[in-house]
Amino acid sequence: MTYDPLLERMPTSRLPSFSDREGVFGGERPAYAEESPFKIHGGCGLMGICDESGKLMSGETAIRAMAVQRDRGNGLGGGYAGYGIYPEFPDHFCFHMMYHDLAAKEAAEAVFDQYFVIDLAEPMPTRPVKGISDAPLLWRYFLAPDPHKLEMAEMTAEDYVVHTVMLINSKVDGAYVASSGKNMGAFKGVGFPEEIGHYYILEEYQGHTWVGHNRFPTNTPGWWGGAHPFTLLDWSIVHNGEISSYGINSRYLEAFGYKCTLGTDTEVAAYLFDLMLRRHKLPMELACKALASPLWSEIDRMPEDQQALMRSLRAVYGPGMLNGPFAIVLGFNGGMLALNDRIKLRPLVAARQGSVLMVASEESAMREVLKSPDKVWTPKAGEPVIARVEGMDWPIHGDLHLSASEVSCAVTGVENSCETVEVV
Amino acid sequence: MMQATKTKTNGVIEGYVAREPKITIDGDTAMIEAQNVYYRNVNDAVRQVIADGAKTVKLLDINGQRYIGTGLRAKGVKIEVNGTAGNDMAMFMDGPAVEVFGNAQDGVGNTMNAGTVIVHGDAGDVLGYGMRGGKVFIKGDVGYRVGIHMKAYENHVPIMVCGGKSRDFFGEYMAGGMLVLLGMNSQFEGPLVGGYLGAGMHGGEIFLRGEVEPWQVGKECGIFVADEEDLARLRPVLEEYCAAFDMPIDEVLSVPLTKLVPISHRPYGKLYVYV
Repeated sequence: MTYDPLLERMPTSRLPSFSDREGVFGGERPAYAEESPFKIHGGCGLMGICDESGKLMSGETAIRAMAVQRDRGNGLGGGYAGYGIYPEFPDHFCFHMMYHDLAAKEAAEAVFDQYFVIDLAEPMPTRPVKGISDAPLLWRYFLAPDPHKLEMAEMTAEDYVVHTVMLINSKVDGAYVASSGKNMGAFKGVGFPEEIGHYYILEEYQGHTWVGHNRFPTNTPGWWGGAHPFTLLDWSIVHNGEISSYGINSRYLEAFGYKCTLGTDTEVAAYLFDLMLRRHKLPMELACKALASPLWSEIDRMPEDQQALMRSLRAVYGPGMLNGPFAIVLGFNGGMLALNDRIKLRPLVAARQGSVLMVASEESAMREVLKSPDKVWTPKAGEPVIARVEGMDWPIHGDLHLSASEVSCAVTGVENSCETVEVV
Repeated sequence: MMQATKTKTNGVIEGYVAREPKITIDGDTAMIEAQNVYYRNVNDAVRQVIADGAKTVKLLDINGQRYIGTGLRAKGVKIEVNGTAGNDMAMFMDGPAVEVFGNAQDGVGNTMNAGTVIVHGDAGDVLGYGMRGGKVFIKGDVGYRVGIHMKAYENHVPIMVCGGKSRDFFGEYMAGGMLVLLGMNSQFEGPLVGGYLGAGMHGGEIFLRGEVEPWQVGKECGIFVADEEDLARLRPVLEEYCAAFDMPIDEVLSVPLTKLVPISHRPYGKLYVYV
């Protein structure tokens, strides 16, 4: 049988060897010419908005929310993700691709040809904008997994797509998957966010949920693929902060087949959510407690049954905990989640106006977009703000069917916790 | 109103625009229309009208513009902010009185030297960071790390009163001055203040309207009940605060106050000393 990288089983039960990790430490990492060699210190800005009634809003909403936070970034990265934007292809996986050159495009398209049925391939619609230059080749593809290959692979369609994304990002030189979900897409690049939004003609897209980001690169250079959001399947992550546990998080994720190849800490957050929410089917609130764990001293003060749950969660997901300062917004088909690190080292403000829930780094973003919010508040550190679109399965493809108490039961192995544990 | 004046230049959707704001002068009052105007242009206009003799500066439609009153050294000048004040308002400020009709974002009063800040709303994180003098009065809730490393020197004693509740790290590393938290005008659920209260504190004093659990308080603090002498010092401060927000002082003083002061002047004095 010929070597088929997609069908190659990812290691699941052993820690990866050093050679598995070469990609992380530079060995096989694609040489993206877009990368700049210098770094500048600073902060970032972000936003997320979700109309829980499912009503669509133009991408201009997201652009305006980011434009008032312009000075949180420095023009080295801006980006958005929109949900519900491709109603013509709701069941196709839409790949937004960035290519350094035509050779990279051909190599990536060979992967698509081999594993997928391509129903539409087209250049990403853009327009010239002052301030945006050196864009890579931008293409998008509406794909369905080849049914025969999918059956051979004995995977869910989602896992099949995840393997494809990892394959392209780690093996195809000069090609990068910007997004790979259904009825969603990521639009990002090097520039201020309002310039990037305008470049991608975002005001012509209509979505029920949008996330946006303004980058001020700190530990890694600004490049097109390194702009936020970072995505996998439907998940998109925008992040302000610094995940100092990147090393242990990425090694942990590699054991589950994820390859961290993008040279940016935020990538691990996207994969951790995919692992916990889609594959382990953890309830969203519990996943947040695993990522932004309560401090041990806080756990000591909890009621006994909650203590057992939190201790187990910290034990099981210890290497998945995000350490360091962060404010993140997770977008997905069906809603949005915003979360701070447990001691609030980055800003996050929330507002509600009717069925619209919005979060941002600064209150001004919400005052700009929502004319008269019913409520503006600052979420507590480590406690998620969650929006869910009425009538939509969530968090992803209706995967979630365990209740919080069922999971706590599974995690703790304590039967009576099934009756009593409530995760708030 | 926001929509009607939304700027679209050649189809490009913009936020703040680097253009001069409209300024109206009436005697010694200057009115600056700041809607969608970039922060630098707003702040340049503020400095210009003050240099030209304005004693009251009214800023209209402020939404997140940063650094209002930052580094401003002037006596007898009043700045009125209508809208949401942006980050680092009144940073390094030396003298003016700033009053915000709305909420304030993060970093208000950062290393402020003198003057007053009054916010008729909530304020964000790191409020009064390293504040060295003057007064900050917030009507509502405040965020994390409020009053972090406030400090006093001789007769420069910073005073901050927050009318709502506070999150964690209130008065962290406090070195001097007075911090007061009332827990009255709040939309926060739960306790008056979070954890790590006064953690690393080695100077100044914190007054809380209500009680705290010992776990909330940093190891360097002693917890006391405010006595008559404390109340005598507090009363003029609270009277000024209540006047600013039209609140009855009797209600403020209807609950016993808790006082936190450091129990060691130099808690880590021997950390790196060979003894």
